[in-house]
Amino acid sequence: MLDDKDRIFTNLYGMFDRSLAGAKARGHWDGTGDLIKKGRDWIVQEMKDSGLRGRGGAGFPTGLKWSFMPKESDGRPAYLIVNADESEPGTCKDREIMRHDPHTLIEGCLIASFAMNAHACYIYIRGEYIREREALQAAIDAAYDDGLLGKNAAGSGWDFDLYLTHGAGAYICGEETALLESLEGKKGMPRMKPPFPAGAGLYGCPSTVNNVESIAVVPTILRRGASWFSGFGRPNNAGTKLFAISGHVNRPCVVEEAMSIPFDELIEKHCGGIRGGWDNLKAVIPGGSSVPCLPASSMREGAIMDFDWLKEQKSGLGTAAVIVMDQSTDIIKAIWRLAAFYKHESCGQCTPCREGAGWMMRVMERLVRGEAEVAEIDMLLDVTKQVEGHTICALGDAAAWPIQGLIRHFRGEIEDRIAHKRGARVAAE
Amino acid sequence: MLRRLHPDQPESFAFTSENRAWAEAQMTKYPEGRQASAVIAILWRAQEQEGWLSRPAIEEVARMLDMAVIRVLEVATFYFMFQLQPVGKRAHVQVCGTTSCMICGAEDLVAICKEKIAPRPYQISEDGQFSWEEVECLGACSNAPMVQIGKDYYEDLTAESFSGLLDKFAAGEVPRPGSQIGRFASEPREGRTALAGDEDNDFNASVTLANDLGDTIKRIDGTEVPLVTPWNETGHSKGAAVPEPVTDDLLGPKGGIDEPTPGPKPADDRPIDETGIAKQEAAVDNKARPDEADVAPEGGDAAPSDDAEAGEAPETSTPPPGEGRENAKKSGSPLQDKAKSDSDKS
Repeated sequence: MLDDKDRIFTNLYGMFDRSLAGAKARGHWDGTGDLIKKGRDWIVQEMKDSGLRGRGGAGFPTGLKWSFMPKESDGRPAYLIVNADESEPGTCKDREIMRHDPHTLIEGCLIASFAMNAHACYIYIRGEYIREREALQAAIDAAYDDGLLGKNAAGSGWDFDLYLTHGAGAYICGEETALLESLEGKKGMPRMKPPFPAGAGLYGCPSTVNNVESIAVVPTILRRGASWFSGFGRPNNAGTKLFAISGHVNRPCVVEEAMSIPFDELIEKHCGGIRGGWDNLKAVIPGGSSVPCLPASSMREGAIMDFDWLKEQKSGLGTAAVIVMDQSTDIIKAIWRLAAFYKHESCGQCTPCREGAGWMMRVMERLVRGEAEVAEIDMLLDVTKQVEGHTICALGDAAAWPIQGLIRHFRGEIEDRIAHKRGARVAAE
Repeated sequence: MLRRLHPDQPESFAFTSENRAWAEAQMTKYPEGRQASAVIAILWRAQEQEGWLSRPAIEEVARMLDMAVIRVLEVATFYFMFQLQPVGKRAHVQVCGTTSCMICGAEDLVAICKEKIAPRPYQISEDGQFSWEEVECLGACSNAPMVQIGKDYYEDLTAESFSGLLDKFAAGEVPRPGSQIGRFASEPREGRTALAGDEDNDFNASVTLANDLGDTIKRIDGTEVPLVTPWNETGHSKGAAVPEPVTDDLLGPKGGIDEPTPGPKPADDRPIDETGIAKQEAAVDNKARPDEADVAPEGGDAAPSDDAEAGEAPETSTPPPGEGRENAKKSGSPLQDKAKSDSDKS
């Protein structure tokens, strides 16, 4: 188990002093100016060496992403945008950072912006997080008062402004180009890529969009060294990670752990085990609603919580939001609810997603009741394949994957329900 | 998803002077000429002030930001947190219903809402004080099930504790938000497994703010928390110029309009259904829209749209106010009659 001394988020639950003075006492904002004076190339190289992969779901190497930004300005300003639109069902980790350990994020914004030649950074927080927004704004104001932001931020010689903006309840704005649209005051409809944001992003200027957690871990990585961070987890899955566990465990929680922690260790150590014991486990969605679920048989022994292992199982780590379901769960209904979520949140721009999400939800609705033909399961699977990969952004894929996961692992249960319904119909006649 | 403005709109909307100052400060966050970026924040403040978002408010925001009204209307209808119809005077309860909460008992909470507030979402309770809706994941999954009321999250609920919460609100109290089973934040219930040490705080950040500000279900008039703008000193982007916005359209009316916009009048006031869709249609039928009879029957010789008969029968092609297109279809347009008689002949 990860020691407290190796935790990056030392006030994740907000029990300790949340003020700027408290953050400084825990080691944040220590020598920030000196880190920046080491130069852009050093910071980007350290980030690459640390092996940090983006914490927002896709797992793209953060240092590499930063290196795409233009080295010299062509007259346009550059922007860092922090994606705090945490809306993936099951995910509740960034909320804890922003309301309880905000200075990790603010310091990270300064360093990352410097590394990308940006004098301004926007944090885009989801609209529902109103208290989190107030807490984060208060922390930003305190940092300004202390000279850590603004002109010559933290004595680094770099002028830097940090702005907090918010959305108003659209899941799609967690997609990076939709977020940029929303930041420009439009409907959050994703843009085609290319051009990629590093070429033309916010206001047509070079921009990089990073997840809150990816940015918040930066200062500690630079202070403690890339090799310290890459010492956790298996190769290619480096570092520590916030896991958010919800559903049928005895004690759901958000906790920082080393990557590649075995699933059973994570659940036993922090969550007090599966409700009703491990034999009662039915399925796990290991990375937020967008990744396919896995059955108990895959998760009981030898399951490793990292990008590569879960990918081998045809699932994914996503945002490390673990939704645990025990035998009492109606798994078909649970996945139907996700289908309803994607139908609700589809922005309506691409036809396969707009129409497909509703279509898939309606078929799932009948599967929940068992009022379907067995052949429709394959038809549904076929439709998910037609939606997947045929849309501008990944929401279409995300709508398809949970259903594919359900059919892959629980086809028997769907068939049983249809057969049962049919049997009842015959008996009644 | 189809979201329309409410049929009953107030005459006017005005920000309080504090809220107006706050809104103007919001605009300074963005570079010159990009003040449209503040549209969500300012619309949200309008909703916080009034409880819901009316057409005059949308027009006022368009004026403030020098945006085409349709662009603001697009934003207001796209984002689900904007309430386009009046909500309960005291509180609008938002129950998270997505999978994590659902498997932990969110359906029981919805049942309580149906019983105590109103049978249907967005329906205002008999005393006018409450309304409810089911929303998608609110991002407090380790504290499931939960609801949002006003600014605050109420977490770790059971049917009983939620029912008790609603009773307290009805009695005029403002119960303490956060976990309702005594958890501090999102740590494991029976003691931390990480981050050992003595607690310095009584409550987590969200609950502390709710206690200090006392604005959970209050209408926000701008006097609560000022928006400080320390960034004005350094200015934007160190002189580097942000490219001009690409105007993708020539839409009017732009900001500066004084009259209310004509806009479609919502006609058929049907209640909002479970998914939040309002069915209110413009009373005037679109002349350019092909009639259903054009495409429908085989053998029925589709009448060309310049048919004299169709052009001269406004009383039937325009449904009376209060009826949508579906009704117009049934009442039988001249085109349909013609198609029918054609097929009779053959």
